[in-house]
Amino acid sequence: MALAKIIVVTSGKGGVGKTTSSAAIGTGIALKGFKTVIIDFDVGLRNLDLIMGCERRVVYDFVNVINKEATLSQALIKDKRTKDLYILPASQTRDKDALTQEGVQGVLEELAKEFDYIICDSPAGIEKGAQMALYFADAAIVVTNPEVSSVRDSDRILGILQSKSRRAEEGKEPIEEFLLLTRYHPERVALGEMLSVSDVEDILAIPLLGVIPESEAVLKASNQGTPVILDTESEAGLAYMDAVDRLMGEERPLRFLEIQKKGFFKRLLGG
Amino acid sequence: MGIFDYFKSKGEPSSASVAKDRLQIIVAHERSKRKQPDYLPQMQQEIIDVIRKYVKVGSEDVQIQLENIEDCSILEVNVTLPDN
Repeated sequence: MALAKIIVVTSGKGGVGKTTSSAAIGTGIALKGFKTVIIDFDVGLRNLDLIMGCERRVVYDFVNVINKEATLSQALIKDKRTKDLYILPASQTRDKDALTQEGVQGVLEELAKEFDYIICDSPAGIEKGAQMALYFADAAIVVTNPEVSSVRDSDRILGILQSKSRRAEEGKEPIEEFLLLTRYHPERVALGEMLSVSDVEDILAIPLLGVIPESEAVLKASNQGTPVILDTESEAGLAYMDAVDRLMGEERPLRFLEIQKKGFFKRLLGG
Repeated sequence: MGIFDYFKSKGEPSSASVAKDRLQIIVAHERSKRKQPDYLPQMQQEIIDVIRKYVKVGSEDVQIQLENIEDCSILEVNVTLPDN
């Protein structure tokens, strides 16, 4: 599989925004005209379908394809809003061994013939499911909250990327690593209550892909099943678009890191 | 001076700087452990077993550490011998 670029979205810790970020970044790449598929690796806890708003269109899943109970084209869901975007949902089986390395490799190889980008939405943890999601990756987006347990877990997952991926085992060029800092509160950082962007960069020492400010738009988007990147009125949506631009090698200054001075009307309207 | 600087300048270090210091220490510690060779845990166990063959000590009385200082690796074995 040489054609598609495989990007894993991972974190170690749960609840930091992996699925939100996978949905946003996958959509952003597809908006740039690249044929993109987002794969949900969270077997037993499928949620990418809900975030993408296609939960009622799931018929077959990733494990069905591995077990040859369905073809890839039967299982892939074409996104209704964004051209060139597809979703491969996770299975809801409770069998944790449903994803085999050979099975995953076979599916990725088939997808790589047709797609430009394959986004792997990793489950939380450092167990087999998370290792399977990152094993074949060319690049990794490490989603981190500015909070001690998330930063520590991100460092653990960096260790796994560097030792247990296929690139590491075969002695190839290492996986490209990127930091995506999410749920960032500039106000709390200014008060010394929250780790700053540069604090987290100092500790993890990997290139920064983006900073997503804490935003009401994220919950609103998930409520509606729309990737937040499509909300171009929101800071979170724009910050994700900047991150996608940087992923494509463009230079984008960081924004939304200054304290917002909320006017009376903005407060009143909850903007 | 903004209102935020006023809060910051008072007394104790901020909780964020405490968090950063703690993280730097634990992450450095965990990274050094990651670089240990795979055989180390088994070698530690075998060294402990040999010592216990001759001296009656508990496994917690034998401590083995591998330290890497630049090009040099130091294997440190500490045995707390029983009183009698």
